Amino acid sequence: MTPKRKQRMMLVGLMLGGVAMAVGFGVNAFKQNIMLFHSPTDVAAGTVKPGQPFRVGGMVVEGSVKRSDTDLNVYFELTDHAQTVPVSFSGILPDLFREGQGIVAMGSLDDQGTFGATEVLAKHDENYMPPEVAEALEKAGNMPGTEANYGSKTVVSP
Amino acid sequence: MFRFAGALAPWLGGLCLLCLIVGLYLGLVVAPADYEQGDSYRIIFIHVPAAWMSMFVYVVMAVSSAIFLIWRIKIADVVAVASAPIGAAFTAVALITGSFWGQPMWGTWWIWDARLTSELLLLFLYLGYLALRGALDSPQSGAKAAAILAVVGVVNIPIIHYSVEWWNTLHQPATITKFDKPSMHISMLRPLLIMVLAFQLLYFYNLMIRVRTLILEREGRAGWVAKLAGESHG
Repeated sequence: MTPKRKQRMMLVGLMLGGVAMAVGFGVNAFKQNIMLFHSPTDVAAGTVKPGQPFRVGGMVVEGSVKRSDTDLNVYFELTDHAQTVPVSFSGILPDLFREGQGIVAMGSLDDQGTFGATEVLAKHDENYMPPEVAEALEKAGNMPGTEANYGSKTVVSP
Repeated sequence: MFRFAGALAPWLGGLCLLCLIVGLYLGLVVAPADYEQGDSYRIIFIHVPAAWMSMFVYVVMAVSSAIFLIWRIKIADVVAVASAPIGAAFTAVALITGSFWGQPMWGTWWIWDARLTSELLLLFLYLGYLALRGALDSPQSGAKAAAILAVVGVVNIPIIHYSVEWWNTLHQPATITKFDKPSMHISMLRPLLIMVLAFQLLYFYNLMIRVRTLILEREGRAGWVAKLAGESHG
């Protein structure tokens, strides 16, 4: 390899390394902003002030969904298996919304600590299977995806 | 290289067509519906291969750009230019099909989560690469500047790949990982892998054709091209 080529290779390498480091630092600094949603543990730790809009993500607690008979209001609880947050929402829920399903809600906390959602999105997991297989797994008690990793990426910071 | 690409192209094209037919038939007709998503999940047979290829093509483009920058090998530049529009198309397909799936499943067409945003950035990198080439006056400096952009932009690839693990995203984590058992039933996995192969072949088929065209364009004044043109006309 000629010295010229070696020099160019070093240059390309340095450029790539420099940019990678810059992006790495940038991404690390904005870690919180890149997080799409907070977990109920973050909320319980007081990361977000009442009135401030943010997203919360978690699993809908089994048996917690209460629908109003007269309007579209829905109440349910979100959990990350450590903490729970009560949520109220008025509107149409996505098809995948059900108890035990992961969702992401946009809204803000009121003074009582209830999360008033303005938008509810369903978070699908990475499992795909035919209905018969799902049924069989359910019977055997081996259903995957019932504990989506909501707690693992928690950011608790001042 | 010109002859090699010409000889390879029909084989790649034929195999690709075969895989596409088999993959689409197995995926859309034979594979069962999903337990939660019903038939909507079938978009995965297009979405996932397109998204994988969008990243694969970019890596090919970045590596050949680096080879071009360091060794000044012209064919490496040709491969990079030929790849850019194909990669951009794969990225666009991944974004659009994902959006169609997101509307009924998540309840939104678009959300600024890390996965979707970084994939959109990839589309802009492809388009920026092509625009930068054309923006500079001399083709030589345009090629060099664009190659630098392609090399630097490769930083985005691991970000796309790991975005669903590093951050909270609405997008689900990977179904198929190298070290783990795929969290997908075999009857759905098989057509998906065939489709991945089909898209891979589709890329190389298109690449061969585009490389041939670009070589002809660039070497238009060379003796062998004139001879070739004479043969086909005479």
